[in-house]
Amino acid sequence: MITGSTILFYLLAALTLTCGLLSVSTRQIFRAAIYLLFSLIGIAGIYFWLQYEFIAAVQIVVYVGGIVVLIIFSIFLTQQAGEKLPKQKPGRKIFSALAVFCGFALTMVQVYKHEFDFDKTMVSPTMSNIGQNMLSTKEGGYALPFEVISMLLLAAMIGCIVIALRSKPETK
Amino acid sequence: MMEPGLYHILFISAALFFIGVYGFLTRRNLITMLMSIELILNSVNLNFIAFNKYLWPGKLDGLFFTLFIIAIAAAEAAVAIAIIINLYRSHQSIDVENAEDLKY
Repeated sequence: MITGSTILFYLLAALTLTCGLLSVSTRQIFRAAIYLLFSLIGIAGIYFWLQYEFIAAVQIVVYVGGIVVLIIFSIFLTQQAGEKLPKQKPGRKIFSALAVFCGFALTMVQVYKHEFDFDKTMVSPTMSNIGQNMLSTKEGGYALPFEVISMLLLAAMIGCIVIALRSKPETK
Repeated sequence: MMEPGLYHILFISAALFFIGVYGFLTRRNLITMLMSIELILNSVNLNFIAFNKYLWPGKLDGLFFTLFIIAIAAAEAAVAIAIIINLYRSHQSIDVENAEDLKY
Protein backbone atom coordinates (compact mmCIF):
# COMPACT_ATOMS: atom_id res chain seq x y z
CA MET A 1 0.00 0.00 0.00
CA ILE A 2 1.69 3.17 -1.20
CA THR A 3 0.38 6.34 0.35
CA GLY A 4 1.18 9.92 -0.51
CA SER A 5 3.11 10.30 2.71
CA THR A 6 5.44 7.42 1.79
CA ILE A 7 6.11 8.85 -1.66
CA LEU A 8 6.78 12.26 -0.13
CA PHE A 9 9.26 10.76 2.30
CA TYR A 10 11.22 9.00 -0.42
CA LEU A 11 11.24 12.15 -2.56
CA LEU A 12 12.59 14.21 0.35
CA ALA A 13 15.21 11.56 1.14
CA ALA A 14 16.33 11.46 -2.50
CA LEU A 15 16.52 15.27 -2.65
CA THR A 16 18.57 15.44 0.55
CA LEU A 17 21.04 12.71 -0.33
CA THR A 18 21.49 13.64 -4.01
CA CYS A 19 22.07 17.29 -3.24
CA GLY A 20 24.42 16.42 -0.37
CA LEU A 21 26.44 14.15 -2.61
CA LEU A 22 26.61 16.75 -5.39
CA SER A 23 27.57 19.39 -2.85
CA VAL A 24 30.71 17.54 -1.81
CA SER A 25 31.64 16.38 -5.31
CA THR A 26 31.09 19.35 -7.63
CA ARG A 27 34.15 21.35 -8.56
CA GLN A 28 32.43 24.71 -8.75
CA ILE A 29 32.24 26.15 -5.27
CA PHE A 30 29.19 28.31 -5.87
CA ARG A 31 27.22 25.31 -7.12
CA ALA A 32 28.36 23.41 -4.03
CA ALA A 33 26.78 26.12 -1.87
CA ILE A 34 23.51 25.95 -3.83
CA TYR A 35 23.40 22.14 -3.58
CA LEU A 36 24.01 22.48 0.17
CA LEU A 37 21.05 24.86 0.29
CA PHE A 38 18.74 22.30 -1.33
CA SER A 39 20.04 19.52 0.90
CA LEU A 40 19.21 21.60 3.97
CA ILE A 41 15.76 22.35 2.55
CA GLY A 42 15.26 18.59 2.11
CA ILE A 43 16.13 18.04 5.77
CA ALA A 44 13.66 20.74 6.75
CA GLY A 45 11.09 18.86 4.67
CA ILE A 46 11.83 15.67 6.59
CA TYR A 47 11.25 17.58 9.84
CA PHE A 48 7.91 18.71 8.45
CA TRP A 49 7.16 15.11 7.47
CA LEU A 50 7.91 14.03 11.05
CA GLN A 51 5.51 16.76 12.26
CA TYR A 52 8.19 18.69 14.12
CA GLU A 53 7.14 21.96 12.56
CA PHE A 54 9.00 24.18 15.00
CA ILE A 55 12.35 22.53 14.28
CA ALA A 56 11.62 22.69 10.55
CA ALA A 57 10.96 26.42 10.80
CA VAL A 58 14.13 26.94 12.84
CA GLN A 59 16.08 24.91 10.29
CA ILE A 60 14.84 27.05 7.42
CA VAL A 61 15.39 30.35 9.24
CA VAL A 62 18.84 29.58 10.67
CA TYR A 63 20.41 27.31 8.06
CA VAL A 64 18.80 28.32 4.79
CA GLY A 65 18.34 31.96 5.68
CA GLY A 66 21.49 32.47 7.73
CA ILE A 67 24.35 30.08 7.32
CA VAL A 68 24.04 29.44 3.58
CA VAL A 69 23.76 33.16 2.86
CA LEU A 70 26.86 33.72 5.00
CA ILE A 71 28.71 31.00 3.08
CA ILE A 72 27.67 32.49 -0.28
CA PHE A 73 28.88 35.92 0.80
CA SER A 74 32.22 34.53 1.89
CA ILE A 75 32.52 32.75 -1.47
CA PHE A 76 31.96 36.09 -3.20
CA LEU A 77 34.64 37.67 -1.03
CA THR A 78 37.30 35.01 -1.43
CA GLN A 79 36.86 33.33 -4.80
CA GLN A 80 37.60 34.51 -8.32
CA ALA A 81 34.52 34.21 -10.55
CA GLY A 82 34.32 31.14 -12.77
CA GLU A 83 37.37 29.55 -11.21
CA LYS A 84 37.07 25.83 -10.59
CA LEU A 85 38.51 24.08 -7.58
CA PRO A 86 41.74 22.23 -8.33
CA LYS A 87 41.45 18.53 -9.04
CA GLN A 88 42.22 16.24 -6.15
CA LYS A 89 44.65 13.37 -6.31
CA PRO A 90 42.76 10.18 -7.29
CA GLY A 91 44.50 8.26 -4.50
CA ARG A 92 43.08 10.52 -1.84
CA LYS A 93 39.60 10.26 -3.37
CA ILE A 94 39.71 6.47 -3.54
CA PHE A 95 40.94 6.04 0.02
CA SER A 96 38.39 8.53 1.36
CA ALA A 97 35.58 6.77 -0.50
CA LEU A 98 36.76 3.40 0.81
CA ALA A 99 36.97 4.62 4.41
CA VAL A 100 33.58 6.30 4.17
CA PHE A 101 31.96 3.23 2.63
CA CYS A 102 33.38 0.93 5.32
CA GLY A 103 32.22 3.28 8.07
CA PHE A 104 28.76 3.52 6.55
CA ALA A 105 28.43 -0.25 6.14
CA LEU A 106 29.57 -0.84 9.74
CA THR A 107 27.09 1.73 11.07
CA MET A 108 24.18 0.33 9.09
CA VAL A 109 24.95 -3.26 10.16
CA GLN A 110 24.95 -2.15 13.78
CA VAL A 111 21.72 -0.18 13.35
CA TYR A 112 19.84 -3.04 11.69
CA LYS A 113 21.06 -5.54 14.29
CA HIS A 114 19.81 -3.42 17.15
CA GLU A 115 16.23 -3.85 18.32
CA PHE A 116 14.77 -0.52 19.36
CA ASP A 117 11.87 -0.60 21.77
CA PHE A 118 9.43 1.70 20.04
CA ASP A 119 6.98 3.87 21.87
CA LYS A 120 3.73 3.63 19.92
CA THR A 121 2.10 6.75 21.29
CA MET A 122 2.46 9.15 18.41
CA VAL A 123 2.28 12.58 19.97
CA SER A 124 4.06 15.52 18.45
CA PRO A 125 5.14 18.45 20.61
CA THR A 126 3.03 21.54 20.69
CA MET A 127 4.43 25.03 20.70
CA SER A 128 3.31 25.77 24.27
CA ASN A 129 4.94 22.51 25.37
CA ILE A 130 8.24 23.56 23.84
CA GLY A 131 8.09 27.05 25.31
CA GLN A 132 7.23 25.89 28.82
CA ASN A 133 9.98 23.27 28.78
CA MET A 134 12.57 25.66 27.47
CA LEU A 135 12.09 28.27 30.18
CA SER A 136 11.28 26.03 33.14
CA THR A 137 13.80 25.67 35.95
CA LYS A 138 12.27 22.45 37.26
CA GLU A 139 13.45 18.96 36.42
CA GLY A 140 13.59 18.45 32.66
CA GLY A 141 13.59 22.21 32.08
CA TYR A 142 16.15 23.85 29.84
CA ALA A 143 16.45 27.34 31.32
CA LEU A 144 20.13 27.00 32.22
CA PRO A 145 21.34 25.71 28.81
CA PHE A 146 19.21 28.42 27.20
CA GLU A 147 21.10 31.09 29.14
CA VAL A 148 24.44 29.43 28.42
CA ILE A 149 23.62 29.44 24.70
CA SER A 150 22.81 33.13 24.83
CA MET A 151 26.20 33.79 26.44
CA LEU A 152 27.85 31.65 23.75
CA LEU A 153 26.17 33.61 20.96
CA LEU A 154 27.27 36.88 22.57
CA ALA A 155 30.84 35.59 22.84
CA ALA A 156 30.76 34.44 19.20
CA MET A 157 29.46 37.85 18.09
CA ILE A 158 32.20 39.72 19.97
CA GLY A 159 34.79 37.24 18.68
CA CYS A 160 33.69 37.78 15.07
CA ILE A 161 33.91 41.55 15.44
CA VAL A 162 37.35 41.35 17.03
CA ILE A 163 38.67 38.98 14.35
CA ALA A 164 37.17 40.87 11.42
CA LEU A 165 38.16 44.35 12.59
CA ARG A 166 41.79 43.57 13.36
CA SER A 167 43.86 46.57 12.37
CA LYS A 168 46.35 46.24 9.56
CA PRO A 169 49.79 45.10 10.71
CA GLU A 170 52.31 47.90 11.02
CA THR A 171 54.88 48.17 8.29
CA LYS A 172 58.17 46.71 9.41
CA MET B 1 8.21 0.27 -1.01
CA MET B 2 8.10 -0.02 2.74
CA GLU B 3 6.36 2.31 5.12
CA PRO B 4 9.11 4.70 6.25
CA GLY B 5 10.06 4.48 9.89
CA LEU B 6 12.97 4.98 12.24
CA TYR B 7 15.35 2.77 10.27
CA HIS B 8 14.82 4.78 7.10
CA ILE B 9 15.62 8.03 8.86
CA LEU B 10 18.68 6.46 10.49
CA PHE B 11 19.79 5.36 7.01
CA ILE B 12 19.43 8.90 5.67
CA SER B 13 21.27 10.45 8.56
CA ALA B 14 24.11 7.89 8.44
CA ALA B 15 24.45 8.43 4.68
CA LEU B 16 24.46 12.19 5.12
CA PHE B 17 27.06 11.93 7.90
CA PHE B 18 29.41 9.90 5.73
CA ILE B 19 28.84 12.17 2.74
CA GLY B 20 29.99 14.99 5.00
CA VAL B 21 33.01 12.98 6.13
CA TYR B 22 33.90 12.26 2.50
CA GLY B 23 33.72 15.94 1.66
CA PHE B 24 35.83 16.81 4.69
CA LEU B 25 38.51 14.31 3.68
CA THR B 26 38.68 15.17 -0.02
CA ARG B 27 38.18 18.93 -0.08
CA ARG B 28 41.10 21.27 0.43
CA ASN B 29 39.21 24.55 0.36
CA LEU B 30 38.23 25.93 3.79
CA ILE B 31 34.74 27.02 2.75
CA THR B 32 33.85 23.64 1.26
CA MET B 33 35.20 21.94 4.38
CA LEU B 34 32.91 24.16 6.44
CA MET B 35 30.00 23.08 4.22
CA SER B 36 30.85 19.42 4.90
CA ILE B 37 30.77 20.15 8.63
CA GLU B 38 27.31 21.65 8.22
CA LEU B 39 26.16 18.41 6.56
CA ILE B 40 27.56 16.36 9.46
CA LEU B 41 25.83 18.56 12.05
CA ASN B 42 22.55 18.25 10.16
CA SER B 43 22.74 14.47 10.10
CA VAL B 44 23.19 14.51 13.90
CA ASN B 45 20.15 16.77 14.25
CA LEU B 46 18.09 14.40 12.13
CA ASN B 47 19.14 11.50 14.38
CA PHE B 48 18.10 13.34 17.54
CA ILE B 49 14.70 14.23 16.10
CA ALA B 50 14.05 10.69 14.84
CA PHE B 51 14.91 9.12 18.20
CA ASN B 52 12.78 11.68 19.99
CA LYS B 53 9.79 10.95 17.76
CA TYR B 54 9.95 7.17 17.62
CA LEU B 55 11.39 6.16 21.00
CA TRP B 56 10.48 8.86 23.53
CA PRO B 57 7.66 10.93 22.05
CA GLY B 58 6.51 12.06 25.49
CA LYS B 59 9.74 13.93 26.20
CA LEU B 60 11.32 16.83 24.36
CA ASP B 61 15.01 16.22 25.07
CA GLY B 62 15.96 15.40 21.49
CA LEU B 63 14.18 18.49 20.24
CA PHE B 64 16.10 20.72 22.63
CA PHE B 65 19.40 19.10 21.76
CA THR B 66 18.65 19.86 18.12
CA LEU B 67 17.77 23.46 18.91
CA PHE B 68 21.00 23.98 20.83
CA ILE B 69 23.07 22.26 18.15
CA ILE B 70 21.57 24.58 15.52
CA ALA B 71 22.45 27.62 17.67
CA ILE B 72 26.00 26.40 18.23
CA ALA B 73 26.39 25.61 14.51
CA ALA B 74 25.35 29.15 13.64
CA ALA B 75 27.91 30.61 16.05
CA GLU B 76 30.57 28.24 14.74
CA ALA B 77 29.89 29.12 11.12
CA ALA B 78 30.06 32.85 11.86
CA VAL B 79 33.40 32.57 13.68
CA ALA B 80 34.82 30.22 11.03
CA ILE B 81 33.90 32.57 8.21
CA ALA B 82 35.42 35.54 10.03
CA ILE B 83 38.65 33.55 10.39
CA ILE B 84 38.52 32.43 6.73
CA ILE B 85 38.08 35.98 5.44
CA ASN B 86 40.92 37.19 7.64
CA LEU B 87 43.10 34.35 6.33
CA TYR B 88 42.26 35.35 2.76
CA ARG B 89 43.30 38.93 3.52
CA SER B 90 46.73 37.88 4.69
CA HIS B 91 47.42 34.91 2.36
CA GLN B 92 45.26 35.62 -0.76
CA SER B 93 44.16 31.99 -0.59
CA ILE B 94 41.87 29.82 1.53
CA ASP B 95 43.45 26.51 0.68
CA VAL B 96 44.53 24.53 3.73
CA GLU B 97 47.80 23.66 2.04
CA ASN B 98 48.74 27.35 2.00
CA ALA B 99 47.75 27.97 5.61
CA GLU B 100 50.48 26.10 7.39
CA ASP B 101 52.33 29.00 9.01
CA LEU B 102 49.90 29.34 11.89
CA LYS B 103 52.72 28.87 14.38
CA TYR B 104 54.49 32.13 13.53
